[in-house]
Amino acid sequence: MNLTLKIWRQKDAKSKGKMVDYQISGIEGDMSFLEMLDVLNEDLIAKGEEPVVFDHDCREGICGSCSLQINGEPHGPDRLITTCQLHMRMFNDGDTIYIEPFRAKAFPVIKDLMVDRSAFDRIQHAGGYISVNTSGNTIDANAIPVNKENADDAFAAATCIGCGACVAACKNASAMLFTSAKVSQFALLPQGQVEASERVLAMVNQMDEEGFGNCTNTGACEIECPKGISLENIARMNREYLSASLKG
Amino acid sequence: MGGLIRSSIARKVAMALSGLFLVFFLLQHFTINFTSVFSADIFNELSHFMGTNPLVQFVLQPILIFGVIFHFIMGFVLELKNKNARAVKYAKYNGAANASWMSRNMIYSGLVVLAFLGLHFYDFWVPEMVYKYVEFAPEDPTRYYTELLHRFESPVRTGLYALSFVFLALHLWHGFASSFQSVGFNNKYSTGATKFAKAFSIVIPVGFIIVAIVLHFKH
Repeated sequence: MNLTLKIWRQKDAKSKGKMVDYQISGIEGDMSFLEMLDVLNEDLIAKGEEPVVFDHDCREGICGSCSLQINGEPHGPDRLITTCQLHMRMFNDGDTIYIEPFRAKAFPVIKDLMVDRSAFDRIQHAGGYISVNTSGNTIDANAIPVNKENADDAFAAATCIGCGACVAACKNASAMLFTSAKVSQFALLPQGQVEASERVLAMVNQMDEEGFGNCTNTGACEIECPKGISLENIARMNREYLSASLKG
Repeated sequence: MGGLIRSSIARKVAMALSGLFLVFFLLQHFTINFTSVFSADIFNELSHFMGTNPLVQFVLQPILIFGVIFHFIMGFVLELKNKNARAVKYAKYNGAANASWMSRNMIYSGLVVLAFLGLHFYDFWVPEMVYKYVEFAPEDPTRYYTELLHRFESPVRTGLYALSFVFLALHLWHGFASSFQSVGFNNKYSTGATKFAKAFSIVIPVGFIIVAIVLHFKH
């Protein structure tokens, strides 16, 4: 497969970047998208050029490190997968592929395709946890009965890997799907309900401070999320937030 | 409560509630307009009531005007904030892959509806205010239907109204159902409400178009 790649190149956070064209050949359909970029980088290194920087770690769709806006969609044209799970068989010989970083003011580019997603960490630090006394008298979580439906919904919310595809897909660069998943996974469980009000207020406040946009319910985040996190979580967060705000 | 006013979720809920209020107004407006298709007398009677009742004139009308102004100012503010949240645009952005045209272009459908409101106020509301509160002309309970027919004389005006209602339908298609999500109503029970909202988004604007066309040909 011969491809034309249009890749965002940016020297560092302060430099102005631009799209640069590359020709690549010998790509197999069974290769993953990241393997294709590895081949490109080997070529670039052999030619004495600077390789393209991109985030990756586990390469099995678990860690949430890989990102990339591919042909205008986060994690590319396939559904419910991350970029590392995207196969080159999704493309055709002669295709032109646009590869850009996840774009949001709250996700500044560090270099080339690598962005700083620590805004998500700060949202999580603001309240995405439960306070438990761990000095030897912790109660077994399984000792507390949990309604099956709630347990399933909490688990589904907890599958969010924090990759940032929701922000990248949203026309407003909103982080509502991520934040709502992290709020929901606790709000649905008895262990999380104790700090529910403080949690939702703190996390939403941090989300706003990071400079993410406002949610306008386009639903793009849910479609592009590699873990299929549901919009129901955003509705739940809205309810939690309103009730916590009105309680004062 | 202070944080509530500055928060993105509060803005979203405020947008939804003002939108729901305007949807309710649309239904009321359409119901009265629709009577003009089959009975000049009923239309005159209802219009006379709406035009002279002090509760409608001095309480509900200002609330409605506030609701409209609030909804469009908030719409602009959100649009500007959202544009600012992605300073560098994508070279290629495939919005159609994951969201409807209606949901991505609320600002444009909203602007057409806003422009239409300008025309509509120029056609009906301004002359009505002048008639009642500037000229202090004597109230004639039978004048409304004649005035209505007169406005739809022009095919261009009728066409502009019909086109505006198409954009209203596009705006409502996303906005009405989306307001349920904004106020936190999205679960197994909200499916029916969403279907109702989608049906409303088509039926009411199409109804307005039918009324405009019927009045044009009645003249």
